[in-house]
Amino acid sequence: MTIAERITVTKSIDARGMACPGPLLALIGAIRQGKVGDVFEVLSSDPGSRSDVPAWVAKAKHELAEAAEDTGFVRFVVRKTH
Amino acid sequence: MDDTESTVSFVLFSGTDDRLSAAAILAVGAAAMGRPVNVFLQYWAVDAFRKQKVMADHGVAPEAGPAGASLVRASQTGDRHWSELFRQAKDIGDVKIHACALSMELFAITQEDLDPLVDDVEGVAAFMSDATSGPITFI
Repeated sequence: MTIAERITVTKSIDARGMACPGPLLALIGAIRQGKVGDVFEVLSSDPGSRSDVPAWVAKAKHELAEAAEDTGFVRFVVRKTH
Repeated sequence: MDDTESTVSFVLFSGTDDRLSAAAILAVGAAAMGRPVNVFLQYWAVDAFRKQKVMADHGVAPEAGPAGASLVRASQTGDRHWSELFRQAKDIGDVKIHACALSMELFAITQEDLDPLVDDVEGVAAFMSDATSGPITFI
Protein backbone atom coordinates (compact mmCIF):
# COMPACT_ATOMS: atom_id res chain seq x y z
CA MET A 1 0.00 0.00 0.00
CA THR A 2 1.40 3.38 -0.92
CA ILE A 3 1.44 6.34 1.41
CA ALA A 4 -1.02 8.15 -0.81
CA GLU A 5 -3.54 5.34 -0.41
CA ARG A 6 -2.88 5.11 3.27
CA ILE A 7 -3.86 8.66 4.06
CA THR A 8 -7.08 8.66 2.06
CA VAL A 9 -9.68 8.95 4.78
CA THR A 10 -12.77 6.78 4.41
CA LYS A 11 -14.68 8.44 7.21
CA SER A 12 -13.97 11.42 9.42
CA ILE A 13 -15.32 11.61 12.96
CA ASP A 14 -15.33 15.00 14.61
CA ALA A 15 -15.48 14.04 18.28
CA ARG A 16 -14.23 17.38 19.54
CA GLY A 17 -16.16 18.39 22.62
CA MET A 18 -17.05 14.81 23.49
CA ALA A 19 -16.02 13.69 26.97
CA CYS A 20 -13.96 10.60 27.71
CA PRO A 21 -14.59 7.86 26.59
CA GLY A 22 -16.84 9.24 23.84
CA PRO A 23 -14.23 9.70 21.08
CA LEU A 24 -12.87 6.17 21.62
CA LEU A 25 -16.38 4.71 21.54
CA ALA A 26 -17.09 6.62 18.33
CA LEU A 27 -13.93 5.18 16.77
CA ILE A 28 -14.73 1.64 17.91
CA GLY A 29 -18.24 1.92 16.49
CA ALA A 30 -16.97 3.22 13.15
CA ILE A 31 -14.32 0.52 12.85
CA ARG A 32 -16.82 -2.19 13.63
CA GLN A 33 -19.09 -0.97 10.86
CA GLY A 34 -16.29 -0.40 8.39
CA LYS A 35 -14.50 -2.64 5.94
CA VAL A 36 -10.94 -3.94 6.13
CA GLY A 37 -8.67 -1.26 4.71
CA ASP A 38 -10.97 1.62 5.62
CA VAL A 39 -9.23 4.60 7.15
CA PHE A 40 -10.85 6.57 9.95
CA GLU A 41 -9.92 10.02 11.08
CA VAL A 42 -10.90 11.01 14.63
CA LEU A 43 -10.59 14.54 15.94
CA SER A 44 -10.61 14.58 19.73
CA SER A 45 -10.20 17.32 22.31
CA ASP A 46 -10.55 14.82 25.16
CA PRO A 47 -7.17 14.47 26.95
CA GLY A 48 -7.93 10.81 27.69
CA SER A 49 -7.93 10.04 23.98
CA ARG A 50 -4.19 10.78 23.74
CA SER A 51 -3.48 7.57 25.58
CA ASP A 52 -6.72 5.66 25.01
CA VAL A 53 -6.86 5.71 21.22
CA PRO A 54 -3.28 4.42 20.71
CA ALA A 55 -3.78 1.82 23.48
CA TRP A 56 -7.00 0.54 21.94
CA VAL A 57 -5.65 0.51 18.39
CA ALA A 58 -2.62 -1.51 19.53
CA LYS A 59 -4.76 -3.89 21.54
CA ALA A 60 -7.28 -4.38 18.75
CA LYS A 61 -4.39 -4.80 16.30
CA HIS A 62 -5.42 -2.09 13.89
CA GLU A 63 -2.96 0.48 12.57
CA LEU A 64 -2.41 3.97 13.94
CA ALA A 65 -1.22 5.83 10.87
CA GLU A 66 -1.10 9.23 12.51
CA ALA A 67 -1.53 11.00 15.84
CA ALA A 68 -1.02 14.68 15.21
CA GLU A 69 -1.39 17.52 17.68
CA ASP A 70 -3.43 20.42 16.45
CA THR A 71 -4.74 23.48 18.27
CA GLY A 72 -6.75 22.12 21.19
CA PHE A 73 -7.25 18.70 19.71
CA VAL A 74 -5.48 15.63 18.38
CA ARG A 75 -6.07 14.11 14.96
CA PHE A 76 -5.84 10.33 14.89
CA VAL A 77 -5.80 8.36 11.67
CA VAL A 78 -6.56 4.67 12.07
CA ARG A 79 -6.66 1.95 9.44
CA LYS A 80 -8.89 -1.08 9.96
CA THR A 81 -6.61 -4.06 9.35
CA HIS A 82 -8.90 -7.02 9.98
CA MET B 1 -8.48 -9.17 20.22
CA ASP B 2 -6.97 -12.14 21.99
CA ASP B 3 -9.22 -13.99 24.36
CA THR B 4 -6.73 -14.56 27.15
CA GLU B 5 -7.58 -11.43 29.13
CA SER B 6 -8.74 -12.00 32.66
CA THR B 7 -12.23 -11.02 33.74
CA VAL B 8 -12.70 -7.78 35.63
CA SER B 9 -15.38 -8.03 38.30
CA PHE B 10 -17.11 -5.10 39.88
CA VAL B 11 -19.35 -5.26 42.92
CA LEU B 12 -21.50 -2.14 42.82
CA PHE B 13 -22.90 -1.34 46.25
CA SER B 14 -23.40 2.40 45.98
CA GLY B 15 -26.32 3.82 44.03
CA THR B 16 -25.01 7.36 43.68
CA ASP B 17 -24.54 8.87 40.24
CA ASP B 18 -20.84 9.60 40.70
CA ARG B 19 -19.92 6.10 41.81
CA LEU B 20 -22.11 4.50 39.15
CA SER B 21 -20.46 6.73 36.54
CA ALA B 22 -16.99 5.79 37.72
CA ALA B 23 -17.95 2.12 37.54
CA ALA B 24 -19.46 2.56 34.08
CA ILE B 25 -16.30 4.25 32.79
CA LEU B 26 -14.19 1.39 34.13
CA ALA B 27 -16.52 -1.10 32.48
CA VAL B 28 -16.24 0.71 29.14
CA GLY B 29 -12.45 0.74 29.35
CA ALA B 30 -12.22 -2.92 30.27
CA ALA B 31 -14.67 -3.90 27.54
CA ALA B 32 -12.81 -1.80 24.96
CA MET B 33 -9.57 -3.54 25.85
CA GLY B 34 -11.11 -6.93 25.38
CA ARG B 35 -11.55 -7.93 29.01
CA PRO B 36 -14.76 -9.67 30.03
CA VAL B 37 -16.63 -7.62 32.63
CA ASN B 38 -18.67 -9.20 35.40
CA VAL B 39 -20.84 -6.76 37.37
CA PHE B 40 -22.74 -7.64 40.55
CA LEU B 41 -25.31 -5.13 41.81
CA GLN B 42 -26.04 -5.02 45.51
CA TYR B 43 -28.17 -2.79 47.69
CA TRP B 44 -28.36 0.79 46.40
CA ALA B 45 -26.95 -0.12 43.01
CA VAL B 46 -29.85 -2.52 42.52
CA ASP B 47 -32.19 0.25 43.56
CA ALA B 48 -30.61 2.64 41.04
CA PHE B 49 -31.11 0.13 38.20
CA ARG B 50 -34.88 0.06 38.72
CA LYS B 51 -36.64 0.83 35.44
CA GLN B 52 -38.49 3.76 36.96
CA LYS B 53 -35.42 5.17 38.69
CA VAL B 54 -32.53 4.82 36.24
CA MET B 55 -32.76 8.40 35.00
CA ALA B 56 -33.59 9.89 38.39
CA ASP B 57 -31.19 11.98 40.45
CA HIS B 58 -29.37 9.42 42.61
CA GLY B 59 -27.30 11.92 44.53
CA VAL B 60 -23.56 11.75 45.05
CA ALA B 61 -21.04 10.29 47.48
CA PRO B 62 -20.74 12.24 50.75
CA GLU B 63 -17.33 13.66 49.83
CA ALA B 64 -18.79 15.53 46.86
CA GLY B 65 -20.36 18.44 48.72
CA PRO B 66 -22.96 20.73 47.14
CA ALA B 67 -20.68 22.04 44.38
CA GLY B 68 -19.58 18.53 43.48
CA ALA B 69 -23.19 17.39 43.40
CA SER B 70 -24.02 20.07 40.83
CA LEU B 71 -21.07 19.05 38.66
CA VAL B 72 -22.09 15.41 38.70
CA ARG B 73 -25.74 16.18 38.00
CA ALA B 74 -24.78 18.36 35.04
CA SER B 75 -22.69 15.53 33.63
CA GLN B 76 -25.54 13.03 33.66
CA THR B 77 -27.02 13.91 30.30
CA GLY B 78 -27.52 11.95 27.10
CA ASP B 79 -24.52 9.82 26.15
CA ARG B 80 -22.74 10.68 29.37
CA HIS B 81 -25.34 9.19 31.70
CA TRP B 82 -23.95 6.13 33.50
CA SER B 83 -26.72 3.91 32.15
CA GLU B 84 -25.77 4.87 28.60
CA LEU B 85 -22.10 4.12 29.33
CA PHE B 86 -23.04 0.67 30.60
CA ARG B 87 -25.11 0.20 27.44
CA GLN B 88 -22.12 1.14 25.30
CA ALA B 89 -19.83 -1.13 27.32
CA LYS B 90 -22.21 -4.01 26.63
CA ASP B 91 -22.31 -3.03 22.98
CA ILE B 92 -18.54 -3.15 22.49
CA GLY B 93 -17.60 -6.04 24.74
CA ASP B 94 -18.52 -8.97 26.90
CA VAL B 95 -20.23 -7.25 29.83
CA LYS B 96 -22.69 -9.04 32.09
CA ILE B 97 -24.70 -7.30 34.79
CA HIS B 98 -26.16 -9.45 37.54
CA ALA B 99 -28.47 -8.33 40.33
CA CYS B 100 -27.88 -9.80 43.78
CA ALA B 101 -30.72 -12.13 44.71
CA LEU B 102 -30.61 -11.13 48.37
CA SER B 103 -30.85 -7.40 47.57
CA MET B 104 -33.78 -8.12 45.26
CA GLU B 105 -35.49 -9.87 48.13
CA LEU B 106 -34.77 -6.95 50.43
CA PHE B 107 -36.55 -4.55 48.07
CA ALA B 108 -39.20 -7.17 47.19
CA ILE B 109 -38.65 -6.70 43.45
CA THR B 110 -38.17 -9.02 40.48
CA GLN B 111 -36.02 -8.72 37.36
CA GLU B 112 -38.99 -7.19 35.54
CA ASP B 113 -38.65 -4.18 37.81
CA LEU B 114 -35.07 -3.62 36.64
CA ASP B 115 -33.70 -1.96 33.53
CA PRO B 116 -33.02 -4.39 30.64
CA LEU B 117 -29.30 -3.65 31.13
CA VAL B 118 -29.47 -6.20 33.94
CA ASP B 119 -28.94 -9.66 32.47
CA ASP B 120 -30.17 -11.75 35.35
CA VAL B 121 -30.59 -12.22 39.09
CA GLU B 122 -28.04 -14.43 40.74
CA GLY B 123 -26.61 -15.43 44.08
CA VAL B 124 -23.20 -14.45 45.36
CA ALA B 125 -21.71 -17.89 44.76
CA ALA B 126 -22.61 -17.76 41.06
CA PHE B 127 -21.04 -14.29 40.81
CA MET B 128 -17.87 -15.53 42.52
CA SER B 129 -17.65 -18.51 40.20
CA ASP B 130 -17.51 -16.09 37.25
CA ALA B 131 -14.96 -13.91 39.05
CA THR B 132 -12.19 -16.45 39.56
CA SER B 133 -9.82 -15.31 36.81
CA GLY B 134 -9.33 -11.68 37.77
CA PRO B 135 -9.63 -8.97 40.39
CA ILE B 136 -12.84 -7.98 42.16
CA THR B 137 -13.40 -4.29 42.82
CA PHE B 138 -15.98 -3.02 45.29
CA ILE B 139 -17.50 0.35 44.39
